[in-house]
Amino acid sequence: MDGLFSFGSYATYIWFAYGATALALGGLTFFTLRAYARAKARARALEGGEPS
Amino acid sequence: MFGFANPQRFWRLSGALLPWVWGAAIILLGVGLYWALIGSPDDYQQGSSVRIMYVHVPASWMAMACYAAMAAASFVGLVWRHVIADVAAKATAPIGATFTALALFTGSLWGKPMWGTWWVWDARLTSVLVLFFLYLGYMGLWAAIEDRVKAARAAAILALVGAVNLPIIKFSVDWWNTLHQGSSVMRADGPTLDPAFLYPLLIMGLAYTVLYGALLLIAMRTEILNKRITADQRRRAASEQLHVQTREGA
Repeated sequence: MDGLFSFGSYATYIWFAYGATALALGGLTFFTLRAYARAKARARALEGGEPS
Repeated sequence: MFGFANPQRFWRLSGALLPWVWGAAIILLGVGLYWALIGSPDDYQQGSSVRIMYVHVPASWMAMACYAAMAAASFVGLVWRHVIADVAAKATAPIGATFTALALFTGSLWGKPMWGTWWVWDARLTSVLVLFFLYLGYMGLWAAIEDRVKAARAAAILALVGAVNLPIIKFSVDWWNTLHQGSSVMRADGPTLDPAFLYPLLIMGLAYTVLYGALLLIAMRTEILNKRITADQRRRAASEQLHVQTREGA
């Protein structure tokens, strides 16, 4: 990893910051999309389905 | 603006926008991350730790921008009973809370090597922590009150009262002595940050903004569907009740 990224002694702080960002925004996206998919499935199961 | 109060119209428009907004978010994040981690130089004082700025500063901007959007939507919902505005305010809260948590966490990771401490109870850090609690309180109110209309009203009032915290956060570095540095981008006399750092930072800021837009549209569509599902269930329950009453009466 040192070839492409040379962060020296700050590497741990930097990777934790980017890792937390990826985890939080990735998790938020995942849960947002999952809630959407579930709502769509429930709406489809009921009469009328999605608003057109 | 009030044309969008119609959920059907919002549904059609947001459906057409979604692929574009998601595409733009992914491209901007890709370009921004490359520039932040590989394409930008180290700072002459902070060394490579300056790279934390590219995720910390946009998260802080979004923490405040989301709150401002939530308060503005709450105001419109409160005053004009604008259904979509209430939906937008509610959908913004978890996104804003996530950005605020990230601002605090990445700030702590930047503070340790630069200031020698993870946390100080100074004006900037404390006011952002208060912002985080305001988001939690707002979401808690929505969850605690069953009646949607009452929940929307109570949450909107909290959002508007809490908006007083926004100028406090922004100017905390000017009004009080703090470890946190002053503004170097959003200044009346223009940014003082070198373009080598400024441009990747602005790309990341734009990427976060567009990602907020993408998540907001999805969360709003989810909320609209859930409202319809609840209304449908109520209608069914009411008609069943009526059916039973009619049978009993006969």
